[in-house]
Amino acid sequence: MGAGAGALFLAVFLACVVEAVEATTIVLAAGTSRDWRSATTGLAAALGVLAVVVGILGPAVSALPLTGLRLVVGALLLVFGLQWLRKAILRASGLKALHDEEKIYAAQLAAAAAGPRRRAGLVPDWFGFTLAFKGVLLEGLEVVFIVLTFGTNQHDVGLAAVAAGCAVLVVATAGVAVRAPLARVPENTMKFIVGIMLTAFGTFWGGEGAGARWPGADAALLVLIPGIALFAVLLVAVLRRAVTSRGGGAGGAGGACGGGGGPDGGAVPAAAREAA
Amino acid sequence: MARRARAFLAFLYDFVVGDDWLVAAGVLAGLAVTYALSRASVAAWWLLPLLLVILLPVSLWRAARGSSQRGG
Repeated sequence: MGAGAGALFLAVFLACVVEAVEATTIVLAAGTSRDWRSATTGLAAALGVLAVVVGILGPAVSALPLTGLRLVVGALLLVFGLQWLRKAILRASGLKALHDEEKIYAAQLAAAAAGPRRRAGLVPDWFGFTLAFKGVLLEGLEVVFIVLTFGTNQHDVGLAAVAAGCAVLVVATAGVAVRAPLARVPENTMKFIVGIMLTAFGTFWGGEGAGARWPGADAALLVLIPGIALFAVLLVAVLRRAVTSRGGGAGGAGGACGGGGGPDGGAVPAAAREAA
Repeated sequence: MARRARAFLAFLYDFVVGDDWLVAAGVLAGLAVTYALSRASVAAWWLLPLLLVILLPVSLWRAARGSSQRGG
């Protein structure tokens, strides 16, 4: 596997692990607090819709002119990447509360338990079904977007799909094994790394799409990724010093920024989004 | 119907633009200047990395300032 392919695999794998952890948290909350049959039916229905979306979008995305695709995808990735990186730096420096999967899970459970119980057709609990369906569909759409755009831009949709498949398999296996929020996944660290990768790929593709020619072509990614990582770590150190000298940090959830934004917005209800 | 459209637009804005509109505006401006430079046959690859070096600290500074103002 070449360096470019390795970077592609790592970027897609880590981004998809983050999305899969969020989807797993929602399905676990729906299954535990409502009804497992309804939650798994919602999961299966969402996977079915995603399969149709892939069947339609896959050939359509592949048919788009590469320069235009790189410009649009690069711009989106750069905005998303900078948002992720910004949040990750604020969290790492203590200006924003850490992403706490257990806290989100608790909020999901409370929200799910309060919902009304109503049977609909073969589904014993419509609320549990809808919760799992929406969670998996929205997080899954982000996985599909990542796979198709990263894969098409790097001319290797197959490798991107394998990386996403591995990520989903690892997280789903862990979720089934523990049947609890995946609190041990170092999600804050992973979001920091994913922010760096999205920003690097966004800079590279956005630049190429806008007509820039990178010195060393694809090898420029091998300079961009460590360069952005180094700069982000430097910013964390500077902000930490500022927080220490000011004598405080983020006390509760929310910290320095508001709600959603970017690929990690997803299907988490308002109560859980507060914690996210 | 109009309320649903407004809600969808609000979701789209939150999803794409997120917490700091300056980041999205800066990226768009950076790509536009990169395009203009490359159309004029001037090397433009350096512009987006330079933009990152400016945009990220500015956005963080805005967030930190907002945090300290809220904290009193």
